[in-house]
Amino acid sequence: MNAIQCEHLTKRYPAVTAVDDLNLAVKEGELFALLGVNGAGKTTTVKMLSTLSSPTSGDAILLGKSIVHDREEVKRLIAISPQETAVAPNLTVFENLQLIAAAYGFGKKEANEKSEAIAKQFGLDSVRNRRAGKLSGGWQRRISIAMALIGDPKILFLDEPTLGLDVLARAELWDMIRALKGTVTTILTTHYMEEAEMLSDRVGIMKEGKLLAVGTVEELKTLTGCEKLEDAFVFLIRKGAAQ
Amino acid sequence: MKTYRFAVRTAKEILRDPLTLFFGIGFPAVLLLLLSAIQANVPKEVELFEISHLTPGVACFGLSFLTLFSALLIAKDRSGAFLQRLYATPMGAHSFILGYTLPIIPIALAQTVVCYLLALILRLPFSANLFLVLLAVLPNAWLYISMGLLFGSILTDKQVGGICGALLTNLSAWLSGIWFDLALVGGVFEKIANLFPFVHAVELTRAMQAADFAGALPHFLWVLGYDLAITIAAVFLFLRQMKKN
Repeated sequence: MNAIQCEHLTKRYPAVTAVDDLNLAVKEGELFALLGVNGAGKTTTVKMLSTLSSPTSGDAILLGKSIVHDREEVKRLIAISPQETAVAPNLTVFENLQLIAAAYGFGKKEANEKSEAIAKQFGLDSVRNRRAGKLSGGWQRRISIAMALIGDPKILFLDEPTLGLDVLARAELWDMIRALKGTVTTILTTHYMEEAEMLSDRVGIMKEGKLLAVGTVEELKTLTGCEKLEDAFVFLIRKGAAQ
Repeated sequence: MKTYRFAVRTAKEILRDPLTLFFGIGFPAVLLLLLSAIQANVPKEVELFEISHLTPGVACFGLSFLTLFSALLIAKDRSGAFLQRLYATPMGAHSFILGYTLPIIPIALAQTVVCYLLALILRLPFSANLFLVLLAVLPNAWLYISMGLLFGSILTDKQVGGICGALLTNLSAWLSGIWFDLALVGGVFEKIANLFPFVHAVELTRAMQAADFAGALPHFLWVLGYDLAITIAAVFLFLRQMKKN
């Protein structure tokens, strides 16, 4: 079954078409990476799929619910870890987790249990009583993903989750994201080719709002005759530009 | 539960910021001490900063910082991705609006209590009427809290510093009759000042302190009118930015 089915999904602004007639299916439990240069429409796609922005036309069906007609139901199925740091800086790590658990409708007892469990799962116990705003970028990203998972989402959107992190912090986050495969359908947007290669089941390449190609990393390499995903990406982007 | 947790978060974000304690409690206290010291050093027949007249004004002036704290928090939340994350959860608009505004009411009450406790130490005569001041705090706090929601919904965090931190606190200080009688200046200045809610907030507090309900009523109506108008505008603007996000 498809977790996400985009049907002619389009977002137009007065000066630009950010997402242009996107048709895409993502299977349940799949980790799908959206690649593209700046302004390709990755973040706009994620914003529409996560109900933060309404499509100009078209629709997307998330586990049977429409992002146009069933926004509230969709919100119960999804979670987002935005590109920028998205924590409450003066709350402790544990309080941040409790807040998001409450936002998903969990009562006090359940919110505490969820927070305890996710803090343990993400190795946050050592910083649980520290203010989130005082922690390093790596910790904040880790908390951000933990916050996104506390509501038990069926679909998770990770927008540039490792942007600006050092090699070690990135490797740790990759392990966490890899552990979600098969249980949570994940849409990952990234600039890093090696990230997409390491983590994703399939990759979609976007340019100027259009989806140029979709496939596994191996399929994209075969399609373009390139040995590396990075070369395949450049080939497809240039080919898209030439067209 | 959603609204409660978000309200708790608002309170913690504000109270854990050292600037809150300095401007919210410390600055009004310093003003009260300083102006009382000046009053103590002028001849007794000159009533420059008489404590029973000054305290309601300083208590109201202190509330103007609540606009700054509230607007700054909302603007910062908007500028980062924190609100984006929450907008993608099942939390409704009412939870955001109530969560941003309700927790500031007890902060306003606490601020006023501290101001009056200090005034009592500075020889403000104790009277049961002082408890009536807490009733006046509610519409006055509502005024400044709704302004916080309004400015936080339309300004960036840097703009909030200028508009609420400098402009609003100055308007609130100069057009409120706290430090001098507006009638002494008279003319256009007095007329303009009377069109703003600040002087009415101060006069409402003074009238309640004196248990002068008839005198309080017209000022209460002015403040209430502003409360309703600003709240409607603030809710509209908050929902608009929420949709835009």
